[in-house]
Amino acid sequence: MNTDEAREVIARILGQIAPEVDLATVAQDGELQQELDLDSMDFLNLVNGILESTGIDIPERDYPQMQSLDGCARYLVAHSSDRAPGPMS
Amino acid sequence: MPMGEFRMPSLGADMDEGRVVEWKVKPGDTVHHGDIVAVVDTDKADVEIEVFEDGVVEELVVPEGDTVPVGTVLARLRGAAPAGGPEEAPAPEPEPPAQPAAPPESMPRREPAPPASAPTPTRTPDEGRRAPSPVVRRLARHLGVDLDDVRGSGPGGTITRGDVEAAGRQKPADQPRLTDREEPIPVGSHERATKMRSAIGALMARSKREIPHYYLSQTIDLEGTIQWLEAQNAGRSVAARVLPAALLIKATALAVREVPELNGFFVDGAFRPSSSVHVGVAIALRQGGLVAPALHDADTKDLDTLMQELRDLVNRARALTLRASEMADPTITVTNLGDAGVDSVFGVIYPPQVALVGFGAVVERPWAQDGLVGAHRLVTSTLSADHRVSDGHRGARFLATIGRLLKEPERL
Repeated sequence: MNTDEAREVIARILGQIAPEVDLATVAQDGELQQELDLDSMDFLNLVNGILESTGIDIPERDYPQMQSLDGCARYLVAHSSDRAPGPMS
Repeated sequence: MPMGEFRMPSLGADMDEGRVVEWKVKPGDTVHHGDIVAVVDTDKADVEIEVFEDGVVEELVVPEGDTVPVGTVLARLRGAAPAGGPEEAPAPEPEPPAQPAAPPESMPRREPAPPASAPTPTRTPDEGRRAPSPVVRRLARHLGVDLDDVRGSGPGGTITRGDVEAAGRQKPADQPRLTDREEPIPVGSHERATKMRSAIGALMARSKREIPHYYLSQTIDLEGTIQWLEAQNAGRSVAARVLPAALLIKATALAVREVPELNGFFVDGAFRPSSSVHVGVAIALRQGGLVAPALHDADTKDLDTLMQELRDLVNRARALTLRASEMADPTITVTNLGDAGVDSVFGVIYPPQVALVGFGAVVERPWAQDGLVGAHRLVTSTLSADHRVSDGHRGARFLATIGRLLKEPERL
């Protein structure tokens, strides 16, 4: 998975969680939970959506790396080779 | 009398009328206890209405799109229990529709209905994803898109918002859109937001006018609890992870059993305690406003079950699709503003309930214990309670009990 593909996956999932937000207006390195007004349940849905569409199971201890759109994309690119066998988008 | 009447239920103390958005049944259909038969639009949300009798639909009295007062007969059922059934006993009844004519199954409402007969049985979040979500269905109606014509791009072929929007764009320009019809209000609508704000305002004003609130707070050391939870979650996949909120709700539900004067309803000048603990969970909606539907029998469910139900409830609340029983019967409410970063919240009680429990953010702070200061994660719990029913001494015992229970998370 390259960065563009990762961004697309994240944008699709966030589009379901926060449908009213225009991601183009969100700073790539901004604090995701603040920028999108996500609570812990939204964040859990994001992590779960990533698992379902990429097979990447993000453990809680890695959540701090997922704090911005950039961080999420970097994480997915870095871990797309070690994903569990699962549904691929 | 073999004929039953299915009436517009009261889905909370602030509801006077509701609009029938959609019938899920038609005359001649057989319905069973717990089936969802209609969707009703209140000021706050689209609510799925369950029937609490078995029978055959004789007549749909109120057509889709009509707004009628609470208590109006919506449909007649043949072969149903006599009128006087649960639908006639509106919101503040502690045990409203739970005990109709069928004593053997004591709590059938909480069980998933048999799949064959229930259009929408208790769903897990996973199952919910296969069918288009209520948001997507509403959007499709709004854009005049037929979901049968849309190919889903989501997991398992689920139709997503994007699919519907794309289909909406492809529609020929001269084809009229259905926006001029009195269709359900699309998510984020200003009209609904305005109506909800005014409904909340009216209810909270009534609360402050009628209920003599008192307030207590207590700081709880959650360090050991959170470490335990982190260790639990470390070995689990995403879908099985438990959020701290589930622990806070469970501890609240258990604690209120020890202080029952905080659990129930104040109706007609008297307190009616509830033998069940249905914890209302205040859920902020993205378009503004909030709802506080119930997690039923939260005191009896293990953490995993409670977490799954909480997740399902939050997701459905945000999709504005809740069930009538969830809206009508919370016996105590929990509000958790931790994610918003505040230290504590002193809430306004939801009439006719008599207590509201608040939790702030879990924050790391210096904490003295056994003569040593260390960095611990703490949470501030608060109680707003009705002085007509309880006093500060009992309220204090309640908060202390929550604190004690949270120290032993493995027993929650």
